[in-house]
Amino acid sequence: MNYFPDEVIEHVFDFVTSHKDRNTISLVCKSWYKIERFSRQQVFIGNCYAINPERLLRRFPCFKSLTLKGKPHFADFNLVPHEWGGFVQPWIEALARGRVGLEELRLKRMVVTDESLELLSRSFASFKSLVLVSCEGFTTDGLASIAANCRHLQELDLQENEIDDHRGQWLSCFPDTCTTLVTLNFACLEGETNLVALERLVARSPNLKSLKLNRAVPLDALARLMLCAPQIVDLGVGSYENDPDSESYLKLKAAIKKCTSLRSLSGFLEAAPHCLSAFHPICHNLTSLNLSYAAEIHGSHLIKLIQHCKNLQRLWILDSIGDNGLEVVASTCKELQELRVFPCDLVGVGDTTVTEEGLVAISAGCPKLHSILYFCNQMTNAALIIVAKNCPNFIRFRLCILEPNKPDHETSQPLDEGFGAIVKACKSLRRLSVSGLLTDQVFYYIGMYANQLEMLSIAFAGDTDKGMLSVLNGCKKMRKLEIRDSPFGDKALLADVNKYETMRSLWMSSCEVTLSGCKRLAQKAPWLNVEIINENDNNRMEQNGHEGRQKVDKMYLYRTVVGTRMDVPPFVWIL
Amino acid sequence: MEKVGVYDDELVNLKATELRLGLPGTEEKVSCGKSNKRALPNDTEKDIESTGKTETETASPPKAQIVGWPPVRSYRKNNIQTKKNESEGQGNYVKVSMDGAPYLRKIDLTMYKQYPELMKSLENMFKFSVGEYFEREGYKGSDFVPTYEDKDGDWMLVGDVPWEMFVSSCKRLRIMKGSEAKGLGCGV
Repeated sequence: MNYFPDEVIEHVFDFVTSHKDRNTISLVCKSWYKIERFSRQQVFIGNCYAINPERLLRRFPCFKSLTLKGKPHFADFNLVPHEWGGFVQPWIEALARGRVGLEELRLKRMVVTDESLELLSRSFASFKSLVLVSCEGFTTDGLASIAANCRHLQELDLQENEIDDHRGQWLSCFPDTCTTLVTLNFACLEGETNLVALERLVARSPNLKSLKLNRAVPLDALARLMLCAPQIVDLGVGSYENDPDSESYLKLKAAIKKCTSLRSLSGFLEAAPHCLSAFHPICHNLTSLNLSYAAEIHGSHLIKLIQHCKNLQRLWILDSIGDNGLEVVASTCKELQELRVFPCDLVGVGDTTVTEEGLVAISAGCPKLHSILYFCNQMTNAALIIVAKNCPNFIRFRLCILEPNKPDHETSQPLDEGFGAIVKACKSLRRLSVSGLLTDQVFYYIGMYANQLEMLSIAFAGDTDKGMLSVLNGCKKMRKLEIRDSPFGDKALLADVNKYETMRSLWMSSCEVTLSGCKRLAQKAPWLNVEIINENDNNRMEQNGHEGRQKVDKMYLYRTVVGTRMDVPPFVWIL
Repeated sequence: MEKVGVYDDELVNLKATELRLGLPGTEEKVSCGKSNKRALPNDTEKDIESTGKTETETASPPKAQIVGWPPVRSYRKNNIQTKKNESEGQGNYVKVSMDGAPYLRKIDLTMYKQYPELMKSLENMFKFSVGEYFEREGYKGSDFVPTYEDKDGDWMLVGDVPWEMFVSSCKRLRIMKGSEAKGLGCGV
């Protein structure tokens, strides 16, 4: 099979970086499997309980970068108790023991402790990059260890983590010799920031490309920082309030003009909207704009800013932009590829929000749009049908109508036909979230047409098991299926047990699945972990009597090669 | 149509004798928090069955919330909410009792902008009518008088002070009825 020496093949493999492709390569033959495993540099583990660190090390002894994901997606919405699991500590311990030359660690929805961060910082001399997304369990003390001990740190990227801010001096823990920073993102820290330490750090980091500040960095500090780092590409503004005539503001305007490499703007965690005009001169360079935390930026100031952003590819915004604002986006941002519209008002009936009209306008005006996340108050089938016609290239389509079970607000019909049109037209659709009033029919369409679908999120939808069965039978590429508050039960769950071997995970909460159904599944499929999460009642459900027929509140199942996990908390029962 | 289990058919038939949290006459959605209840979608599904058409409810604030809905990351929820609270003042929950009613309620005063809104909400909540407010004579035309306990511990008539002052000084509300009310409400 091999006409070339191993080194040559390995060199060829170096050009293949996607983990999916490398997985495929490794299946070609034993020889390629062997070469591939020793040359794999980046390992991606989508579910930290599907495998354990020991087996990881045995298969890939030479990797340098590890990506780990812990809790299931619905943990983002408080559906998974905090102590469920996803601890990174055992991984770091194992990698340290195994003397892995770890350079990069990327974690999502995992529990990270200060102890873990300290161990990480001391165990890997070449460590360069730490990216934490939606993690929790650590404090700024842990960050101090990273700052102090990672001599070659290039990237410290903290995205939307719950970090206990001890208001310490973690920024001053970067030694004076640290000049290698490329990315520094601490926007999610709540506490005060040592501005002097920050400015000195930025000043001695000539390679700094991405800087995202937290709320505690005021406008005058921002001006000084930007003057130190005119090479900045990605900027997250912290606090942005000031009197527009003040000296700092003028300084800021001058500094911004020098930042000709700036392509991505975010933050404005506290903002005086009338100061936004300082950014107008560089707006035409922007490809990414994230104003989804800027609750105070709306109305005419927002519109004016957007009108300058003709080259935007990615826009994250709040629904206070309104349909009118979206029409401005549609007419200005012809290069737009990804749009996310988040709800401003989460408590009750909102003031300005967006409707189906905004979505239609965007679909008509932005031909390159392929990813959308859209929270809105109302939707119609007619609008979705038009959107499908305008944008057949959707890869990700996530629509969330704020009120569960809401029908087409013009016809009062379910939204089956609208979503059906989307899946029919968008042949490359990989991710879909549905909402509103939906019957089994929409799942029939999804099963029939969504051939590339990998992730599906369902809430308050469907009528019978047939709905879920349509999806399980039809979507051959399904990897992650998450369902809540829908009437799917044991019949659908048990119909094709082998299907779950082709999927990463299945989440079902507040559905019709019973304990005996889950038990039967666990029996038939020993290579699955079937977890019952029952936070109300630490006692096993058996003890309450009515054993089998009792409905399971939360079930999470996933394929695994290492069996039951050892760190199960008392309220989780693995069948 | 196989929807949810047997229990819901029974509920539909026995609605009148159903034991629920909440006073008679209040049709409130139960928060699907710590229990296995799925009241919200069931309610709407029953509506579909009976009327063939789901009506969007005119929600009177504050709306009961479903756990994990809307699907927005808790980090994002906390950060947006904090800002709104900072700009609009903290959510201000006060207890509301009505003479003769078995349960107290709680309302968020920041959800209302003026007295009429508040009174309407209370009237809906407790199914009573408050009569008309006169500056000198208090509430006329009803046995019910809305009162509140202020920061000093005194019981005051709702409506006497400007709204903002009321919101900042109100510790709890009490809807008085009958003879006790007469003393306070009618022409002191």
